[in-house]
Amino acid sequence: MSIEIKNLSKKFNEVYAVKNINFTIGTNKTIGLLGPNGCGKTTSIGMMLGLIKPTTGDIIIQDKNINTFQRNTLLSIMNFASPYVELPKKLSVKQNLQIYGRLYGVKDLSLRIDELAEDLNLKDFINKKTGELSSGQKNRVSLAKSLINKPEILLLDEPTASLDPDIGDYVRSYVQSYKSKNKVTILLASHNMAEVERLCDSVIMMKKGKIIDQGTSKEIINRHGRTNLEETFLKIVRSKDEVA
Amino acid sequence: MRWHKIYALCLRHIYLISNSLPRIIDLIYWPTVQIFLWGFISKFFTLNSEYYSNTVGIILTAAILYDFLFRVSISYNIMFLEEIWSRNFTNLFIAPIKLSEMIASLTITAVFRSLIGLIPAALLAIPLFGVSVFKIGLPLLALLFSLYIFGVTLGLLVTAGLLRFGPSFENIAWASLFFLAPLGCIYYPVEILPLSLQIIAKGLPLVHVFEEMRNILINGTVNYFEIFISILISVAYFIFGVIIFYMAYFGARVRGTLINMGE
Repeated sequence: MSIEIKNLSKKFNEVYAVKNINFTIGTNKTIGLLGPNGCGKTTSIGMMLGLIKPTTGDIIIQDKNINTFQRNTLLSIMNFASPYVELPKKLSVKQNLQIYGRLYGVKDLSLRIDELAEDLNLKDFINKKTGELSSGQKNRVSLAKSLINKPEILLLDEPTASLDPDIGDYVRSYVQSYKSKNKVTILLASHNMAEVERLCDSVIMMKKGKIIDQGTSKEIINRHGRTNLEETFLKIVRSKDEVA
Repeated sequence: MRWHKIYALCLRHIYLISNSLPRIIDLIYWPTVQIFLWGFISKFFTLNSEYYSNTVGIILTAAILYDFLFRVSISYNIMFLEEIWSRNFTNLFIAPIKLSEMIASLTITAVFRSLIGLIPAALLAIPLFGVSVFKIGLPLLALLFSLYIFGVTLGLLVTAGLLRFGPSFENIAWASLFFLAPLGCIYYPVEILPLSLQIIAKGLPLVHVFEEMRNILINGTVNYFEIFISILISVAYFIFGVIIFYMAYFGARVRGTLINMGE
């Protein structure tokens, strides 16, 4: 499942949050979306999910425009996880997964929930209320929800933010192993450069709503004469009006 | 509309209620308090008012019907607010569901949530005050239906406000029904209002419902035309409410407020 972003812009009150961005994510590729806070990453993801209407431009998913084609049909093959979006706290993990499984029309739902509980180590707290879980546990549950429909397109917004290094590494390893076993196109917005280097086939750097560089991690690092992605990120963020 | 999706959305609220005894108690508690309060007031008026001297329990019956309307509307608002409070809003709006399915699930669940409170309260009124709302007979169903549709409409308008203005609109959610109560002529005949307000009041289904309730209990006759008018007005408002809700949703997509609702 490929995603094509064409001349995409979003203006809020005469200010561009995203300005004329273009990129393509090939089938089964993982793209990292990097940039400082307020650079337009979340707005871009919001537009790709159909939550935000673009001011101009198109989002083409497998030759279908999300703003003109039946949005629900495309959403059924997509999913999203973010630590800033939660599941109902008063419902148990199992109840939440049952509801979202039904909403996404998952067949053999019990089996799918068992699979995810096994893979993501949810078994010990599957009947516990989601609000009573630790951040790490909540994060795994959120990931389970985002995989409930075996999405062909997965959007992850800072999936390991606020997690301790051990759980962060667990999540990264899981995403890596999930991708190796399933056909899935991933867009990963993150502030963790090591995470992006590890998981992504290529990287898009954003600043002030614009794409200022894109390519593989290695290409971007070399282009800016730095030794790693973090140094490159800092150089780009701190420079004035740099556009590739 | 796909019923399995509507069922899944209803299930979220069914789980929420069934997981929590305090929530169930809360649903029953307020209508019961209303019954006690209005039961004693009703008893007092019955003994001291000429207007009500021949008919026991008009005020209490009105209180039960009004409480049903209030519960439907508030239930609708609370269920929508629950999604904002739990920061589940984004998850819900990126799921492959239609707005009509979301409206249908809230509409269906609101009636069950309201009946959990109303049925015990209505039954309690029989032995405690000798007043049975069921005395109205079959027209009661039509009156409740009209109130239900109007309650859902108020819920729709408030949720549209929440989509448009964000969680800060929450206070309006609580106050919404009290704006209309004086014009609804719940406890008094429409003739009490000044003529200019009577014209406005007759544009609301409440006047027709409560006037007809009094007519049935006092005169023992049923004016089906009045009931039909109340349902017609409720349905017209409902259609208006749905349009406003859709407009608020599309406006929220343009403003980008759907993605950070609840933060």
